[in-house]
Amino acid sequence: MSRYLLRRTIGALVVMWAVATLVFFMLRIVPGDPVGAMLFDAGDAEAVEALRRKLGLDQPIWVQYGKWFWAVLQGDLGNSIYGSRVPVSQLVMEALPRTLSLAGLAFLLAILIAVPAGLIAATKRNSAADHAVTLFAFLGLSMPDFWVGILLIIVFAANLQWLPAIGYVPLSEGFWPWLSHLLLPAVAVGTAFSAIIARMIRSAMLEVLRTDYVRVARAKGLPRAVVIFRHAFPNALVPVVTVIGIAFALLMAGAVVVENVFAIKGLGRVLIQGILNRDYPVVQGAILVVSAIFVFSNLLVDLLYAVIDPRIRYA
Amino acid sequence: MAAPALPEEERLPPRRAGWRQFRGVLLRDKKAAAGLLVLSLFVAAAVFGPLLSPYDPNDMLFEMMAPPSLAHPLGTDDLGRDLLSRIIVGTRISLFVGVSTVVIALVLGVGLGLVAGYFGGWIDNIIMRYIDLQWAFPNFIIAVYLVAVFGTGLLNIIVAISLAFVDDFARVARSMVLTIKEEQYIAAARTVGVPTRRILWRHVLPNATAPIIVQATVSVSYAILGEASLSFLGLGVEADTPTWGLILADARSFISRAWWLGIFPGLAIMLTVLSINFIGDALRDFLDVREVAER
Repeated sequence: MSRYLLRRTIGALVVMWAVATLVFFMLRIVPGDPVGAMLFDAGDAEAVEALRRKLGLDQPIWVQYGKWFWAVLQGDLGNSIYGSRVPVSQLVMEALPRTLSLAGLAFLLAILIAVPAGLIAATKRNSAADHAVTLFAFLGLSMPDFWVGILLIIVFAANLQWLPAIGYVPLSEGFWPWLSHLLLPAVAVGTAFSAIIARMIRSAMLEVLRTDYVRVARAKGLPRAVVIFRHAFPNALVPVVTVIGIAFALLMAGAVVVENVFAIKGLGRVLIQGILNRDYPVVQGAILVVSAIFVFSNLLVDLLYAVIDPRIRYA
Repeated sequence: MAAPALPEEERLPPRRAGWRQFRGVLLRDKKAAAGLLVLSLFVAAAVFGPLLSPYDPNDMLFEMMAPPSLAHPLGTDDLGRDLLSRIIVGTRISLFVGVSTVVIALVLGVGLGLVAGYFGGWIDNIIMRYIDLQWAFPNFIIAVYLVAVFGTGLLNIIVAISLAFVDDFARVARSMVLTIKEEQYIAAARTVGVPTRRILWRHVLPNATAPIIVQATVSVSYAILGEASLSFLGLGVEADTPTWGLILADARSFISRAWWLGIFPGLAIMLTVLSINFIGDALRDFLDVREVAER
């Protein structure tokens, strides 16, 4: 187990190194000089030269890479090139809890909807409920998440005025203010994921319900609830766990877009604003942190999976 | 130089039977039939767009934010532009990006997957290290990263979305090749001296098409969603081109006063993607059924 853990951890670190290196070089091989962006393409040659020296852009690219990489290892992601030149690490640290609470709440809501929906659909196959769940799954996968957000704003914020349309309030200012601001965006982010999980649980349950041990459990007269929750459901969960593994990736990708609908200054908004402003240090830093979240949540899921299923550990 | 090693009659029979059967599936599967119908309407809108749209999509009329009416079935936007006309014209970009990116991704990805799977060894290692790296991230995030590098604009997002989908096709193609290349007929073809390129093209690829077709259908729907999201974020096409994502982005500030601006463009995206998903589902069932029947 510890060897497996070590191997997977080293693998994750290698992926992170590869991403950091790719991002660094790709942002530099394409046309579009950050100095040009900083001076709004209007500085004279002398000013450009001075700024290049100040930023270290006159040094060979390998030296720049080495310095940048060393700084990143120490948690220094550079400074935004605009305004008061805020450190990127500060921008990212402020954004991180917003994105994580959004993705976390979306995950929770999605599971709360998908698990009962999938179970009902499978146990009452071809009923109206089953068809409704199947339709919901198709719709959930076909609606762009940002549009779900817009629909929710139209209904619950603009017309019913139950929930605020935009913004974020930290948890420290109270549970309800925090939750009320996150509820609509979380539903928007979680819908597609919920559709995937509901569909997965339905088909996994249908498979398990056909097995001999479920037939035996039924034949010996166990109550229906016991058969479903003790014998069938835990076994139907095994394939679902793999999908939950990609959940975080999906939810993070969704958050990147949906944050921009609800004006939540999370990682996605930092990244998109950085791209739109050609603010290279911010883009670089945001990509690194978003990627780190993916890589290490993948790692975590793999390790959890190895704990649940011993066959993987020894493979 | 490369004289055909097999006589003409050894070539694969035409696949007409497959199409006839699939037509049968479409007639039975109401969802797929409805999907095909709706999708053909959107394709017609994409092809004949300017002819069908009642107004010039960029013409500013003097009726700002008019709700849906007989003159403007879907209403007008904040600048008095007819929403229906803008949605019809936007269809072309959405479908064009959706299809072109998947074609590029398919050609690149299947090519990489075929080479990696068939030759194995260090080529396989190099290709798959990269594919695995990309696989660790959702396609949409890869597309955003690539837009960060290449910049915005129609051509750039086509490149970004295409590259973002390459890993899916490479993995599907590679896994198919790994099983196909162990088949007897490949060994036979090799023994009689069929050149490698011909083996890949005539013997391996035709037997790997089913999962690639299904993958392509799924990918088109994700590519359309991806383009809409990028456009919505301002990372897509130039701001004066009406696309579904961009219309929604423009509408954002007005949705509390003009619901139609927030509803209809998204409905167009959803109907298109839903249609493709229905067709894709039927296709998946259909192709699986054939596999089961062959076993």
